Amino acid sequence: MRFKRVYLDNGASTNVDPKVLEVMLPYFTEKYANASSGHTFAQESKNALENSRKIIAKSINAKTDEIIFTSGGTEANNLALKGIAFQNKDKGNHIITTKIDHSCVLESCKWLESQGFKVTYLDVDEEGFVNPTDLKKAITDKTIIVSIIHGNNEIGIIQDLETLGKICREKGVLFHTDACQSYTKTEIDVKKQNVDLMTLNSHKIHGPKGVGALYIKDGIKITPWQHGGGHEKGLRAGTENIHGIVGFAEAVKIANKKHVEHMIELRDKLINGALEIKGSRLNGPRGNKRLCNNVNLSFKGVEGEALGGYLDSKNICSSTGSACSTRSLEPSHVLKAIGLSNEEANGSVRLTLSRFNTEEEIDYVLKVLPKFVKKLRGFSAIWKG
Amino acid sequence: MEYSKRVFEHFQKPKFAGELKDADAVGEEGNIKCGDVMKMYIKVENNVIKDIRFKTYGCIAAIAASDTLCELAKGKTLEEAEKLTYADIIKEIEELPAIKIHCSVLGIAALRNAIKNYRKSN
Repeated sequence: MRFKRVYLDNGASTNVDPKVLEVMLPYFTEKYANASSGHTFAQESKNALENSRKIIAKSINAKTDEIIFTSGGTEANNLALKGIAFQNKDKGNHIITTKIDHSCVLESCKWLESQGFKVTYLDVDEEGFVNPTDLKKAITDKTIIVSIIHGNNEIGIIQDLETLGKICREKGVLFHTDACQSYTKTEIDVKKQNVDLMTLNSHKIHGPKGVGALYIKDGIKITPWQHGGGHEKGLRAGTENIHGIVGFAEAVKIANKKHVEHMIELRDKLINGALEIKGSRLNGPRGNKRLCNNVNLSFKGVEGEALGGYLDSKNICSSTGSACSTRSLEPSHVLKAIGLSNEEANGSVRLTLSRFNTEEEIDYVLKVLPKFVKKLRGFSAIWKG
Repeated sequence: MEYSKRVFEHFQKPKFAGELKDADAVGEEGNIKCGDVMKMYIKVENNVIKDIRFKTYGCIAAIAASDTLCELAKGKTLEEAEKLTYADIIKEIEELPAIKIHCSVLGIAALRNAIKNYRKSN
């Protein structure tokens, strides 16, 4: 075997960049004071915290005090939706999201429904785009927040935040977006894109797990969900994860356009190579409307978990939208939303890149992938090739 | 999903995957809408399953369980083969995640259908 491992599941999590780890280490053993303490030693932690906040704020064109640190994307999405919903429950009870948002947004919305809120789940087109006219029509005088995922984790579609955000502004409705997958991978500017709240996280961008952030535009009030010692302006209690936050900021500092260009090159090579296989399809759009690191394919007659299992036997890490890979035995809600049949959704495999992947790795994947598709079709009960 | 080593062995190198060209009967189970389809092909001589193959549109568990079932059924009389159960498969491949029981019993149903079809035509 030429490679110890070909890791193509970066949409799930990434390796911590060794340079990030290096910056984090002193905060475990040397600069470990609680940032809330009053002594001089704590000043180092406080400085690190605020410096990190500044870096992250700047990266999305926000003000430093508009950033709240959380334990990750899931917590930030929960805080945004529940915090805004309860803060504004006297103004209205209507929330809008999409059928392709992440489960932590959808499950938060479901819970809010159980608490008396009403939720509209917008449809998307066959590439995954939210139609701005649909959004405009869905907003009522009871709508308090719109939450739309920026870069989709499964099919890589990047939504036009600027247009969607403008509609929300015009209607006087708050606009939240989950940017966990798109952060550092495509342009983000909360001012230009008319965003009021934005979820960010660290472990998808070669930072450590367990850290995320929520951007909350100046002046927007939010009901806290975690109560305690008044950390993060009283919006998110709990001793700040300084080493994690420092690592998160370092990961943001390192990320650059060259990495994006590298991933685009590998992505398109992988897509073009895989589409040469008969009976294959790309799920989601092509070109610059697609996340630079996302490839999602379906192969007729092939079940996704089984294909992933064969790739795994060659140390290639992938993921699938197949029903068989989930606890619910339901195929991916995102693939269903863009119109795939159960058969097509069950046959999907997702390969997500990072800047650490190489062209040789992609060549290797393109060598073994057709063999496994052929092998599975060789005893497929539904393939008539 | 967590699978045992034995499951992976059957999944990676299934001995009975594919079509049996001169099969005496075929049995089917499942449908594409629910995501799983299973076909069992049997060749019968003197009431004994002489050869057997499966085809599936199924996951790792479905492939491993069907391959195991074929191994167990080969050489058995039709009466013995139709009595094979999920417990017999598990004895061979150690364990399967609870949620995968559905996928692994498809083969048993397909085999019983194949035996039923064989009796109908013989």
